[in-house]
Amino acid sequence: MLGVWVNQIVQGVLLGGLYALFAMGLSLSVGIMRFVNIAHGDLIVLVSFLVLSLTTSLGLSPLVAGLITLPIGFVGGYLLQRFLLQRVLGQGVLPIILVTFGLSIIVQNGLQGVYGADTRLVRSGDFATSTVMLGGGVNVGLLPLTIFVAAILMVFGLDLVLYRTRIGARIRAVSDDVAAANLIGLPSARIYAVAMGIVGLTVAISAGFMAVWTNFDPTSGPSRLIVAFEAVVLGGLGNLWGTLIGGIILGIAQTIGGQFDAAWQVLAGHLVFLTIFLIRPQGLFPKY
Amino acid sequence: MTALLAIEKLSVYHGPFRAVSELDLHVEEGEIVSIIGANGAGKSSLLNAIMGQVGRIEGAIRFGGESLNGLSTPAIVGRGVALVPEGRRLFPSLTVEENLNIGVDIGRSGSFRLDDIYGMFPILKDKRRQLARQLSGGQQQMVALGRALLANPRLLLCDEISLGLAPVVIGELYEILPTIAARGIGILLVEQDIGRSLAVADRFYCLLEGHVNLSGRPADTTRDVVISHYFGV
Repeated sequence: MLGVWVNQIVQGVLLGGLYALFAMGLSLSVGIMRFVNIAHGDLIVLVSFLVLSLTTSLGLSPLVAGLITLPIGFVGGYLLQRFLLQRVLGQGVLPIILVTFGLSIIVQNGLQGVYGADTRLVRSGDFATSTVMLGGGVNVGLLPLTIFVAAILMVFGLDLVLYRTRIGARIRAVSDDVAAANLIGLPSARIYAVAMGIVGLTVAISAGFMAVWTNFDPTSGPSRLIVAFEAVVLGGLGNLWGTLIGGIILGIAQTIGGQFDAAWQVLAGHLVFLTIFLIRPQGLFPKY
Repeated sequence: MTALLAIEKLSVYHGPFRAVSELDLHVEEGEIVSIIGANGAGKSSLLNAIMGQVGRIEGAIRFGGESLNGLSTPAIVGRGVALVPEGRRLFPSLTVEENLNIGVDIGRSGSFRLDDIYGMFPILKDKRRQLARQLSGGQQQMVALGRALLANPRLLLCDEISLGLAPVVIGELYEILPTIAARGIGILLVEQDIGRSLAVADRFYCLLEGHVNLSGRPADTTRDVVISHYFGV
């Protein structure tokens, strides 16, 4: 009996890795760039469909298709920030929410127009179904394990870029005080475009993994967004490691809830989020 | 010979309000020029205009013979103008060294290195891994000055660098200015503290309501004359 629970918790931790991947880009835009991107989930779904097209129409393997989307994600994020989001940034919280909300609707309807409303999954062969025995009755899928490791590597990588590089310092400088940055001659618009390019990179990575692990359809974005939001808020704004922990807590809550009753899976995640949010509205590890 | 900074008939507008009116001013290489004037005299508007930070200006701002009109702030800094802003405006969550390196990132290549700044202000070397917000006001002002110098300017703009600091710290900062000017850098100093700024300046301009109402060399005038022009009485 104990083995069942341990197994569920391990599965929950691994699911949390996927949620943390979803949330990492949002954590950057909310915590560092200080704006809410309502279209975050839809952008992930958009890139997942791109992976689908690359694998089905060009016959590429999911890995190659995923790698191709990385530069596309970066450039897409850069251009999105430079030519759309930057125009409404700094005019209060509302305009950027409305613009990204509109973007979310455009992406959802565009995908429905091109791909239809069917639920999709990108086939990745044996990799998706092979498991690793960890002993004690616990066995984990190779794919979830890979995703979890990727989530940890992503936090390491983003931390390194933000806190150990010159461009990271410039991004944090603009985050600290946009007006001061502009006054002394830091090109804040270009710097934020690079930051959004990095967000785009995380979107591409999580989209690639999502495409092979979970079903998705053109309207999956908002449900991805809410889980990502919960992970970011649970962990504390601006803290990438906190976001990872937040994702893991949600993953565990969902799998344990699902153990009682399959219908409880999603709800259990939300309830745990709301409970912790009531006790610690600032999140578990706030940076500010 | 062309002046390092030559401003001709400059007017600066904030909406319908004219903050600076037909102002003429020049700064030579290695010269310390002081702008004095009360609150609202147009001093900050003048600096903001040079930095390309105001919406509408008339007249000419020439730097090394080339017009700065219409250039973006990063482009102006890239040509060799750096600002020590009023209130220091450091990035509080960055370390001292990260703040200084921002200066390197925005500026031109040139002779100032991080070690030169640490030589000027040894305390900053000890505190280089601390966050800027943990420093005292005087140390923050040192970082702000160091950040501007690391952009390797030919013209350094200092906006109220003595504001809110202890006299001994102000003295320390003002001792540095002539050594900076000795490297051929022109300094435009905006101050409310008349005594300090006239003591260090080669020339001065007194601003009242956007106009220059007195200018010259500090030695050629008296404190009483300057003060009466400062208040416009």
